Amino acid sequence: MQEEPRALLIRPIRDGTVIDHITHGEALTVLRILGITGTTDEKLSIATNVETRISGTGGLKDIVKVSNRELSKEEVDRIALIAPNATINIIRDYHVVEKIGVEIPRHLRGVIRCTNPGCISNANEPIESAFEVAPNGLHCLYCDTVISSDFAQHII
Amino acid sequence: MYHIISIKDFERGEIDELLDKAQAIDEQAGPFTTLSGKQVALLFFEPSTRTRMSFASAVARLGGSVISVDSVEGSSISKGETLADTVRVVSSYVDVIVLRHPKEGAARLAAEFASVPVINAGDGAGQHPSQTLLDLYTIRQSMPLEGIDVGLLGDLRYGRTTHSLAYALSNYDLTIHTIAPKTLELPTSLINELLDRGCEVVEHEDISDVINELDVLYATRIQRERFPDAASYYNVAESYRITPELLENRKEHMIILHPLPRAGEIDPRVDALPCAKYFEQARNGVPVRMAMLEEVI
Repeated sequence: MQEEPRALLIRPIRDGTVIDHITHGEALTVLRILGITGTTDEKLSIATNVETRISGTGGLKDIVKVSNRELSKEEVDRIALIAPNATINIIRDYHVVEKIGVEIPRHLRGVIRCTNPGCISNANEPIESAFEVAPNGLHCLYCDTVISSDFAQHII
Repeated sequence: MYHIISIKDFERGEIDELLDKAQAIDEQAGPFTTLSGKQVALLFFEPSTRTRMSFASAVARLGGSVISVDSVEGSSISKGETLADTVRVVSSYVDVIVLRHPKEGAARLAAEFASVPVINAGDGAGQHPSQTLLDLYTIRQSMPLEGIDVGLLGDLRYGRTTHSLAYALSNYDLTIHTIAPKTLELPTSLINELLDRGCEVVEHEDISDVINELDVLYATRIQRERFPDAASYYNVAESYRITPELLENRKEHMIILHPLPRAGEIDPRVDALPCAKYFEQARNGVPVRMAMLEEVI
């Protein structure tokens, strides 16, 4: 049987950030969390449902490449909630100069919307939502609501 | 700057200190001058009688004066002003802000924007620390907070006073008995939190199972709107009604508290019994709120 020729799904980038091993299907949510939308300036390459051999992933992953922008660890940690296995590669002149994993930060500001409609963070006030990451889920610092699952659904 | 937002922000030692301060105030004849020449804003964006009046009384007894907003109508909020802006502006007029607001977490927000201390006088279904502190104060007037059996009765699912009180009680070595109809039990997440904090929690559905074991019975309203129809409400309400007959074999020193207003939970004949402490509890709102004001000023 003839093997399919190997081809690169998306081209390497010269400078920027590659976010690899994103939970499959979550690439667009990751971009949303990072504030990268169609109206911002970054040049993007996105691959979804790419095969991977890493166990526990269902054999698929998403990849996002952001040219000419090096994302900071603080920025990228915000995606840990929905893509806990993601790795961040900082690329300079086609070389990986730094490779880091993501960690769920202790506090999340402006990332998740509180599920309690009576919470002041859902009112028209000049504040961002604020959550503390607790063992039982995300704890709203305003109204004490705890969100324990489906984080992606509540991402702002 | 010191704010009083949630009972969860208090360590046990801080609660004890505040209750000691309230007791010292209670035992003094006055006059008190802590707030002399100072103004306190009572920003009440939700109806309240007892809390507002007892804060006003507490301010007056400490020698201060009050300026107040009593409803959303007629305030800048009705013109679309944010609470953050209201609080920033009011901060420039007064020395303390006491806030009651329908949104949970409103007091926390107010504390972020205020340049004077903020006291939470109840935020929606959230926290109401002055109620919790006066509940603890009333128990402590009759018995130590250690080694006792406290029954929480009524709508434990939605009642904010019982949630705050249960949390505050978990600072002490005692047993909490929850007594509630099915569907109105204390939320599992809160029970787990109490257990994690080392508190013993026993759940009951029938009040007669536990009434004679209790040192304190804290009754709250069972609200009619929680039930699908009037008949099922009356059935449940009747089975949780506190009557002199139910109390016949109570412990001798047992006390009954209720945050008031009551609907039909306590038979008026109970009022004459020495265990009925709910009016004294309401009265204690003044020294406890005086202590809170002294604490933040």
